[in-house]
Amino acid sequence: MDWQLLATELFPGGHDVVENENFLSGTAQVDGQPVTVIGTTGHTPIGIEIALAQAQAILKTVQEHPGRPILILVDTQGQRLRHRDEMLGINSYMAHLGKCVDLARRQGHTVIGLVYDQALSGGFITSGLIASACYALPQSTIRVMGLPAMARITKVPEERLTELARDNPVFAPGPENYLRMGGLHGIWEGDLANQLVRALGEAGDEDRRMALGLARGGRLLAQPVAEAVRVGGHVRAA
Amino acid sequence: MSSYQELTARQRIPAIFDAGSFEEFLPPSERVASPHLAQLDAPVSFDDGVVVGRGQLEGRLVFGAAQEGGFMGGAVGEVHGAKLVGMLRRAIDENAHAVLLLLESGGVRLHEANAGLIAVSEVMRAMLDVRAAGIPVVAVVGGANGCFGGMGIAARCANAVIMSEEGRLAMSGPEVIETASGVEEFDSRDRALVWRTTGGKHRYLLGDCQVLVADESDAFRTAAIEAILEARGGEVRLTLDGLLAEQAMLARRLQDADGLAEPMEVWGKLGVPEPARVPMLEADAFLEMAGQYRATINNGAR
Repeated sequence: MDWQLLATELFPGGHDVVENENFLSGTAQVDGQPVTVIGTTGHTPIGIEIALAQAQAILKTVQEHPGRPILILVDTQGQRLRHRDEMLGINSYMAHLGKCVDLARRQGHTVIGLVYDQALSGGFITSGLIASACYALPQSTIRVMGLPAMARITKVPEERLTELARDNPVFAPGPENYLRMGGLHGIWEGDLANQLVRALGEAGDEDRRMALGLARGGRLLAQPVAEAVRVGGHVRAA
Repeated sequence: MSSYQELTARQRIPAIFDAGSFEEFLPPSERVASPHLAQLDAPVSFDDGVVVGRGQLEGRLVFGAAQEGGFMGGAVGEVHGAKLVGMLRRAIDENAHAVLLLLESGGVRLHEANAGLIAVSEVMRAMLDVRAAGIPVVAVVGGANGCFGGMGIAARCANAVIMSEEGRLAMSGPEVIETASGVEEFDSRDRALVWRTTGGKHRYLLGDCQVLVADESDAFRTAAIEAILEARGGEVRLTLDGLLAEQAMLARRLQDADGLAEPMEVWGKLGVPEPARVPMLEADAFLEMAGQYRATINNGAR
């Protein structure tokens, strides 16, 4: 989806979001209140520069506008697959971005992620997946890796993976599967502006994704395992 | 002196923690395995490739985990991730002195793709919850499989990263980059280049690894004790000032490396004399040399 069209639907109160080499940033009026908007477009790979630019925009909001909500618009084909990015420590740039989102959240900024087109793995894990809550549009795709590449690495035939991807939430790329597993809080249909207002009002501090995955039937073991480890029902001396 | 790299996860725990002190949570006898592997005819493991629990480090209550590189490369699936998250949450409940993560992982387990991706993000958030509770998290990277993908990111969410020269820390593995962008982009069989790009010395010089040790279990143990002490002596939590300093360090790195394509050029830019000799230096000689040139979060904006 075109980001400008999306912005028009999301922000009927107006916005000054601009694009600079696939990096989106600006401020929007949501329900009469200013919201910081950052994100990417054009399915751009997340390299070290764009990760740092997003981090900077978040830190600036924390510094200059305490408590102002932050919306992260996600559209990426994943982390940039280049030697130079690895040489300079792209994992540190991604971690830095994630830590900035985490700091903002803990300092009272509600952070909402919205996958409006594509989300892939490393480009998503320290943006939308570390926000207070993450949502997606119905036509978006979210995945870890394309099935052909996955088949090569896991040595599982692609036909088998394709078959599994049809009804198995673990392999299928659609947002419904991430919803069932608790990775998404919801899928937005209809009036996007209203959905955003509601999401900003509902977001909590805790990471409830395991509980959501259990309740929705898409991720049945994560919550019980984490809980068993936490309360020590099954502990013995090693 | 025993090599840390050659140990399994279950051997590393007693080599690092005080003898006999470690208590495992949800041990293999509980038979909790991945629910996703059978449909791919892949073998399961009753610990799902990670040991989690609590023990003592010089008599202090320290929670910990060790990932087993021998099982699916230490990759994170639904159960593996949930064990880490449960341990991290319990460390807060029991007000641990610190959390020590012995990482060895390729990142998200592709056999459980979507569940693994969510799990890794939950691990990151749980690590940062621990730090927010004032409990330091220290990551150790010294296994043969390195620390890649989402776990390469998670490592950098810790207060400190301890590596050996042989350890590797990055995001996408060389093979993945070669497959996606061609052998001229990154020749994954050029082992010297792989180490210059992802190895402990490089990460130490760049400032992404705070402590470099020889590949010996005792050295890792001592470094872990010291890193916890140092972290507790400062600010354990994320702060705006701390992240502004990190922003400056990472921005300066980009600026310094403008136009550079080879790790040795990056070292030269930092001021390291004779960068070509760096791979040959023993750990002690390297540390003596590197101290004055390496980037740190404190001199990032120098």
